[in-house]
Amino acid sequence: MTKKLSKSDTPVKGSGEPMVKAEGVHKSYGLVEVLKGIDLEVKSGEVFCLIGPSGSGKSTFLRCINHLEKINAGRLYVDGELVGYRQKGDKLYELKDSEVSLKRRDIGMVFQRFNLFPHMTAAENVVEAPVQVRGVSKSQARERAMQLLERVGLADKAGSYPAQLSGGQQQRVAIARALAMDPKLMLFDEPTSALDPELVGDVLDVMRDLAESGMTMVVVTHEMGFAREVGDSLVFMDGGVVVESGNPREVLTNPQHERTQAFLSKVL
Amino acid sequence: MTVDTDKTTGPADTPPAGPEAIKAIPVRHYGRYVSAVLAIAILGGVVYAFSQGKINWGAIPDYFFNDRILSGVGKTLLLTVLSMVIGILGGIMLAVMRLSKNPVTSAIAWFYIWFFRGTPVLVQLIVWFNLGLVFEYINLGPFYKDEWSDFMTPFLTALLGLGLNEAAYMAEICRAGLLAVDEGQTEAAHALGMSHSKTLRRIVIPQAMRVIVPPTGNEVINMLKTTSLVSVVQYSELLRVAQDIGQTSGAPAEMLFLAAAWYLLLTSIFSVGQYYLERYYARGATRQLAPTPLQKIRANLLSLGREKGGLA
Repeated sequence: MTKKLSKSDTPVKGSGEPMVKAEGVHKSYGLVEVLKGIDLEVKSGEVFCLIGPSGSGKSTFLRCINHLEKINAGRLYVDGELVGYRQKGDKLYELKDSEVSLKRRDIGMVFQRFNLFPHMTAAENVVEAPVQVRGVSKSQARERAMQLLERVGLADKAGSYPAQLSGGQQQRVAIARALAMDPKLMLFDEPTSALDPELVGDVLDVMRDLAESGMTMVVVTHEMGFAREVGDSLVFMDGGVVVESGNPREVLTNPQHERTQAFLSKVL
Repeated sequence: MTVDTDKTTGPADTPPAGPEAIKAIPVRHYGRYVSAVLAIAILGGVVYAFSQGKINWGAIPDYFFNDRILSGVGKTLLLTVLSMVIGILGGIMLAVMRLSKNPVTSAIAWFYIWFFRGTPVLVQLIVWFNLGLVFEYINLGPFYKDEWSDFMTPFLTALLGLGLNEAAYMAEICRAGLLAVDEGQTEAAHALGMSHSKTLRRIVIPQAMRVIVPPTGNEVINMLKTTSLVSVVQYSELLRVAQDIGQTSGAPAEMLFLAAAWYLLLTSIFSVGQYYLERYYARGATRQLAPTPLQKIRANLLSLGREKGGLA
């Protein structure tokens, strides 16, 4: 777990183009408006935490970033490029499925319910995408998978099926699976919410290690301790809008908005 | 499973220096003895009645491995396997079409299933056989050209009739299987940058197989028996051959029993194959694979050797 990510071009925090940029992002399901105009910026190399009560739209926003959800209004950019669309003049063209897939290669995602492929072993889960999507040779992908599994502390579980692993182990395999694609951005959707309390620590350790290696991370979480320790920025969302944002240590210890105060008083 | 049987037969094991194991007299199930005796009596009565009937049982072993019968069995098997292949491939294709976002392909699949499931397979077979009334010639440009009646052999009629009909049923089975796979699987695959078709092939279909295999085993067994309908289009499969022999040898009923015995034998063999196939696709879904019958027998023998309570 001490091995660091071998990213040669790790950007300095807060330099250049933002990794994610949202301008007035709206999303509704039928008549229900889930996101009511989100504006925010995630800088390269930073750990960006999204907190807020259930139904506040934080997971939905995260899923918009890799276009698992289509936004209805506003603009969303990842690494300077529009998500899901191509702009020519003042007209927007929807991207084809294949073009969307191409962009998703560079964005890793970790789900609340792990979503490991149950018919494959841990190692096969990690090997799958590099071989099938990037066309990496099997032996090379296998070697890299073993490195990643070692990094998340599960080298001895390479041959186990997900059903034979604990929740925390499954989530760490899921992180290794996402890292195998060498993403420039990692999205975490409440990665520890489905875990037994005693298993949360192992997953957070892996995430902390990842943050130290300079990975840009957007983390939807209820782990205030993690946000305070590891986060570079924090946004509190409620009712589909950003209520408060800033440095996590400041926001968590001295919230300005009363909604934030009310939420934190219940959580902390 | 093995762990369980060991536990229920446990009392005779020497307990590891702990609390004393309970030694109780087990509940007696008298109802079981009574029902067993009744069932055996009824079975015996039926067997006796048949043995006294005007049936020349000796004719069955005489013809069981007759060359013509064996070739009929071979044709029945060939037809079963090939029509199931058409059925399964067609079924997967139709199920994917039916679930596709494209309204045209989805409507085509719906119509196909509606038509082929809505008409009796016997009628479909006869229609295929008589399609020469509609198409006099078959003309595939430079590749192939022939009269329809020469092209549409009894074998091809049977194969198309059974296979295309089966595809409609398999489509519904496959659709249920595809829908049974958690949506998170598709999302995870998409998030890794996998395309729709790769996601289907690599992630969704292998998991859907666990749901698809058991009813498909049923379909295979059904198909084996349905091939007997094909005798109406002059294809000499098992039943047709048995009937022919029955007429010439003067033992028509005996030959029907013979055919029935062959069908029973073949379906039994298929059932065993189905068990192992299900076991294969269950990997990853259960923590421990169910034991094979051989392993089960071995485990039972071992536990019988250890103690006397195995009969209860």
